[in-house]
Amino acid sequence: MPNGIPITAKEIGTEANPARPGQEHGTLTGWIQDLVFTVDHKKLGLMYLGMGWLFFVVAGTMAAIIRTQLFVPNNHLVSPQAFNSLFTMHGTSMIFFVAMPMIFGLANYMVPLQIGARDMAFPRLNAFSFWLTFFGACLMFFSYVGAPGLYGAGAAPDVAWFALAPLTSRAFSIGTSVDYWSLGLLVTGVGSVTGGINIMVTIFCYRCKGMTLYRMPLFVWLSLVTMFLVVTFLPPLSAAQIMLVLERFFGAKFFETQAGGSAILWQHFFWIFGHPEVYILVLPAFGVISEVVPVFSRKPIFGYPMMVAASVMIGFVSAGVWAHHMFTIGMSSYSITFFAFATMVIAVPTGIKIFNWLGTMYGGKIRLELPMLWAIAFLFQFLIAGLTGIMLGVAPFDWQLNDSYFVIAHFHYVIVGGIIFAVFAASYYWYPKAFGRMLNKKLGIWHFWLFTIGFHLTFDPQHIAGILGMPRRIYTYQAGRGWEIWNQISTIGAFIQGIAALIFVINLIVSARKGAIAGDDPWDAWTLEWATSSPPPDYNFEQLPEVKSRRPVWDLKHPEDPDWKFE
Amino acid sequence: MEMNWNRGSRHGHERQTPVRFRRFSLIQRNRSILGVAALTLQNLANASAQDSTIRAVQNIFDPLSAPAEILYRISLLVLATCAIIFLVVAGLLTYAIIRYRRKGGADDLEEPPQVYGSAAIELAWTVPPILIVVVLVLVTARTIGEIQKPKLPNDAEQVRIIGHRFWWEVRYPKYDVVTADEIHVPLSDRSKRIATEFVLESADVIHGFWVPQLNGKTMLVPNHTNTMWVEPYKTGIYLGNCTVLCGAQHANMLIRVVVDTPERYQQWLNEQKATPADDQSVEEGKRQFIANSCGACHDIGGTNAKGVFGPDLTHFASRQTLGSGVAANNEENLRSWLQDPQVLKPGCLMPNMKLGDKQVQSILAYLRTLK
Amino acid sequence: MSTEYLAAAETEWKLPSPRKVALILVILTESALFTIFVVAYLFYLGKSLNPPYPHEVLEFPWLGSFLLFGSSATIVLAEKNLKKGAVVGFHVWWAITAAMGFGFLIYTGFEWHKLIYEDGLTLGTNLFGSTYYSLVGLHASHVLVGFILLSMILIFSLTGKLQHRHHEHVEMVSWYWHFVDGVWAVVVLVVYIIGGNS
Repeated sequence: MPNGIPITAKEIGTEANPARPGQEHGTLTGWIQDLVFTVDHKKLGLMYLGMGWLFFVVAGTMAAIIRTQLFVPNNHLVSPQAFNSLFTMHGTSMIFFVAMPMIFGLANYMVPLQIGARDMAFPRLNAFSFWLTFFGACLMFFSYVGAPGLYGAGAAPDVAWFALAPLTSRAFSIGTSVDYWSLGLLVTGVGSVTGGINIMVTIFCYRCKGMTLYRMPLFVWLSLVTMFLVVTFLPPLSAAQIMLVLERFFGAKFFETQAGGSAILWQHFFWIFGHPEVYILVLPAFGVISEVVPVFSRKPIFGYPMMVAASVMIGFVSAGVWAHHMFTIGMSSYSITFFAFATMVIAVPTGIKIFNWLGTMYGGKIRLELPMLWAIAFLFQFLIAGLTGIMLGVAPFDWQLNDSYFVIAHFHYVIVGGIIFAVFAASYYWYPKAFGRMLNKKLGIWHFWLFTIGFHLTFDPQHIAGILGMPRRIYTYQAGRGWEIWNQISTIGAFIQGIAALIFVINLIVSARKGAIAGDDPWDAWTLEWATSSPPPDYNFEQLPEVKSRRPVWDLKHPEDPDWKFE
Repeated sequence: MEMNWNRGSRHGHERQTPVRFRRFSLIQRNRSILGVAALTLQNLANASAQDSTIRAVQNIFDPLSAPAEILYRISLLVLATCAIIFLVVAGLLTYAIIRYRRKGGADDLEEPPQVYGSAAIELAWTVPPILIVVVLVLVTARTIGEIQKPKLPNDAEQVRIIGHRFWWEVRYPKYDVVTADEIHVPLSDRSKRIATEFVLESADVIHGFWVPQLNGKTMLVPNHTNTMWVEPYKTGIYLGNCTVLCGAQHANMLIRVVVDTPERYQQWLNEQKATPADDQSVEEGKRQFIANSCGACHDIGGTNAKGVFGPDLTHFASRQTLGSGVAANNEENLRSWLQDPQVLKPGCLMPNMKLGDKQVQSILAYLRTLK
Repeated sequence: MSTEYLAAAETEWKLPSPRKVALILVILTESALFTIFVVAYLFYLGKSLNPPYPHEVLEFPWLGSFLLFGSSATIVLAEKNLKKGAVVGFHVWWAITAAMGFGFLIYTGFEWHKLIYEDGLTLGTNLFGSTYYSLVGLHASHVLVGFILLSMILIFSLTGKLQHRHHEHVEMVSWYWHFVDGVWAVVVLVVYIIGGNS
């Protein structure tokens, strides 16, 4: 117990029972009113995260149905139309209603605390952004009951999450499914952009005294780059969707091949959004890992300036790689070579981040607490994801692997194996700050191992299925193609992940009341959020802090050996 | 596994293990060399020397065609590179976790040395990735050229493939042959190259063409023509899939590329060019076919049926499957299809024609004569 | 842990103005939106399969451009007046700016009326129609929003609610208005100059 600060849950003393967020309002109606009208970044952050976990369960259930349908060849669990809706809604929900809200939620909660501010720059705009995001999700899910009615797939979007033209034109998509897709995402998109502006303004204009940009925690830096990408690259999606709405409702000819329009143009517009989007999702995950690994290795992050430079470089280069999703569309050799080159270039700053994290762990005293377990799993899995990404970036290899289960395996490795694992790390790390109580460790260990095993059982075999020729988005397959065993293992893994996720949700709920008291700083960490109570008061800090280094709380704990002497 | 090619009596899809079919294909090839000699002499339409090895397991690491081999070579290089990177980095990670794990007790009282970074180390680990990227980009550029700008022999065959929802229109412009769903190409030889160029177009939405053992995938985009080429080294029936979501029956828009020996290929072309003979015994079926407006969507050479929305049926009975691969082309499946296509392929664009049993029977008999 | 140790000192700590940063970001995001429509317009130039074609129906927007670019000049004058404290001058020039903006919208209305009813060009006629109306329409909607903002400022000022501390709000509205003008310059370049002869 160095310096008298407790470092594990067992050592936490029993201070007064900390209040749960919203507990001051007593009644249920008071609590609901508080959430509906709140403009507090902490409550909104938790609401974003709550929305994310809610849709995670919903979209995860869809995945379970998909995997059950694919368990055996020629299965008839769901109709082909229902299956198309399932994977469309699974993908769209996971990206826009799970992953995006989670990164906005984490940024909302932690950025003002980490920069020593009282709230976001525009609190009411913050609430507006959340409710728009939530409403967009409701609008899209309303498609299940709207139009053709309650009979299953009905009008739910069924054109894949990237809604290729001309499949989305009125001729080939009769009914309103495509309209729910465009309109739902247009609404959510406005919420994302306004939220992104808010976070960027907060970071630029509300840092506490002494916190220059080069003293910000890496999570804040990565949130800044992420929100820059949101603000710049969500509009192309909105523009394409506006064009699609004009085409479907007013007869415009943007992607109408009969009128000379180009189906390829949709793909360009979509992927100009779509590729930066995946960096939007992954950069905050890097931020979380950059917070967790140093604290649990007991060393500062190795090479802070390079980490910042690499992150900014990734942000800019991500604008120039989009057509690697289009290698098979029939582009010229020059275009393909250029995009393959750009894709491999961006792998360099991404890859060396792994080295920086490795360098942080090297020579440290690694505590294998739950946040660190998730971070370590992230490191191995993100390494693999990055390498399969390189394989896909080599265009000729991609000509075999594109649109196959290998690609599905690759991006789930990034999004689940990388981003979701980082979100779990963030949850175990910051839940004590938000709720004043530690998450239950035993449940956490079960959660970690079940989810990791389930994850690998689900997605490792999918690499092989892709190598053996299994394409994406098929509701069934013939026997004898060599795909059966890989699909079966994958389905079993999916259910194991589901059980693990359930354990986590139970942990979240139970620990809010029964978890061990956390205190201000249960992990012996160094950034400003740990300098206030758990949970923080509404105004965050009694007095706004002044900092002199990147680890202000380290400076406080080590007045004889402060960081600002060495930085 | 059936070796004799008896059209119309296939039952579903065979399951095979790799070892078994490799042995069979050796036997098949030897037999076919003898068989073809016999055929040329006898000029039989029913070629029992056809290699009917169904290559259902399409492993991209088992290329059987020149472009697929080119892709395979670069894939091996990339895989090897990534494997080495993985072993090194994962090894270092594992080492760090084990070696620098907290030891507990007195050791915990002190924080480890607070190292902020090292420009030298960071430079050192940035240079190798850059070098790897440079090498990969150069190899990539060269391979792209090899695949996209191949120097095909002048007499390369050309097949025009037009994607529809949910079937493949197949045309041989040189020979004026139109068929559907089954593509025949001649076998190549490493000493004498015989290549086939596919010209890929679409009549409606974007589709994708992928037969891994022959080449990588290429999209079929409306208003935009793509080309690809194959140069297969082994006969057999290569299975593939449409790879771009095109609607409800995207999963059952299957590809069948039949690689024939050059002699058998010529024979097949001749069979396809011929107009089916008038068979009086199925005259009733032919009449029913026209009367029920089947000709509004389908084309049968030598009749008034000239529709283009659906597959050409002139030589329907010569194909191994119906519904672009969803079921074997036998009497039972054909009856089901005629009664209601939505049973075998729900969501396909052929509606239930509400045919009576007698009509189904007579049309069925007619269709099965269209060899 | 107490925060006394972290109490702020008296030294200077300057951070950028939140409103300015926010508006710059709004301009960034709107520029990204407009860029896609501009790209679509340029991509489809000369690719329409049927008439009417741009060179047949487009006339160079002299009046509209004069109104819009002129209003950027008048808004600068209005701001100068406000800075000096000349409230009447501010009101006059600000009102002229709003009127010119509104005039631009009327001008666009007339242009579109001619295109639809005389030339038969609608959103669904051909690729030109789709890309033209969407791009020009998107811009016009931004002019409309700008006009509403200008009017709000004017009304607040006339009713005495505009204080000195709102000077940055006024400045931000004028920045937005300059941005809308900048977009118009791009539209003129792309639609009427580059594409005028297609």
